[in-house]
Amino acid sequence: MSGVVKVLRLQNFQILRQLKLEEALLRASNDNWFLVNDGTPDPAIVLGISGKPEVMVHEVAARKAGVTLIRRFTGGGTVVVDSDTLFTGLIMGVDEVPGLEPFPRPIMKWTEDLFKPVFGKYGDFALREHDYVFKDVKFGGNAQAISKRRFVHHTSLLWRFDPDRMALLQHPARTPEYRQGRPHHRFITPLQDHVPSRPHLLDQLTASLGSAGFALQEASLVEAEEALARNKICGTRVL
Amino acid sequence: MALRQLASQAASGLGLRCTAPSLALTQSPVGLLQAALFRSYSTVIDGLKYAESHEYAKIEGDVATLGITDFAQSELGDVVYVEVPEVGASLSKGANLGVVESVKAASDIYSPLSGEVIEVNSALVDDPAKINAEPFEGGWLAKIKLSDPSEADSLLDANAYKKHVESQAH
Repeated sequence: MSGVVKVLRLQNFQILRQLKLEEALLRASNDNWFLVNDGTPDPAIVLGISGKPEVMVHEVAARKAGVTLIRRFTGGGTVVVDSDTLFTGLIMGVDEVPGLEPFPRPIMKWTEDLFKPVFGKYGDFALREHDYVFKDVKFGGNAQAISKRRFVHHTSLLWRFDPDRMALLQHPARTPEYRQGRPHHRFITPLQDHVPSRPHLLDQLTASLGSAGFALQEASLVEAEEALARNKICGTRVL
Repeated sequence: MALRQLASQAASGLGLRCTAPSLALTQSPVGLLQAALFRSYSTVIDGLKYAESHEYAKIEGDVATLGITDFAQSELGDVVYVEVPEVGASLSKGANLGVVESVKAASDIYSPLSGEVIEVNSALVDDPAKINAEPFEGGWLAKIKLSDPSEADSLLDANAYKKHVESQAH
């Protein structure tokens, strides 16, 4: 138990590279990491480990629009990401949090409590059926991977979104109950309508780990990418 | 499994939530009681061997049927997707056996023993919920031909595994 979290601050970093890096840090590092990335330069649709592109995406339209389809190594649903998406990735050993067990619901509950002081400032925040919401509108998705006694909990937060790009997603077969059949544009909300400053939000999310008792240590991309060479299992790939 | 349903009903009657407790930075007495009740009624089958990471091995001669325990399936939540190894793959003890997805999480599963995969449970592709419903029967993941049967000596028996599960309460 080190009590230290290495912080990697990225801007406009390709989401494919970020996901491969997170997977490597999960499997091939013993350190705790918190990545923040302000936007990805090229739009992409990112599917979870079990997502079927033929079911979740209007594939022909997506490819015509120049949107890359990516399979990630974590669970969860399908998201459209671009330069107006904010990303966080927390990679940690469960033993860093007394009593935390390596299972999805305890980890999700702990991260909800971790980020609540930040998001709670801007709205009626909750983790609702595993989505980040203000009351009944979703502003962010999250997903996890658990390997041995380490986990990744990563988020994609919608600062702003392009409805035409969102329309590349098919209506999923399984939707949360609180969605109540609403079309996508009535079910999600852009964070820019709630939060005054985009960079300040990422700083606050980073600082929440300090408030939780961890020592934060700024790290470099070079240091983080050392894990890539050591990682033998990579589920992240372009489809 | 029936005992756990009874425990769930008892927990409901006491006003406790009927899900595995989630841990915040502080622990409530209600959460601790519910955790203890829950863990007491996870099914553990005598005669199987168990890993501390909650996989089991049913050993018959030089073949072991591998899966995850009732405790594990309950902690994971509803399984919606499973990846199993390929037939012919060589597994080492502790190496990745597969992945299950539940509650937006992809969780690695580890092989408790070393051997060659001789059969996988392809029924799980279309019906991953079998892992929740029948972890010890229809929810098995893979069968391996053991390369070192003595590895089983380092696994837990049913009593030791029960104690291990109960010790996970806080």
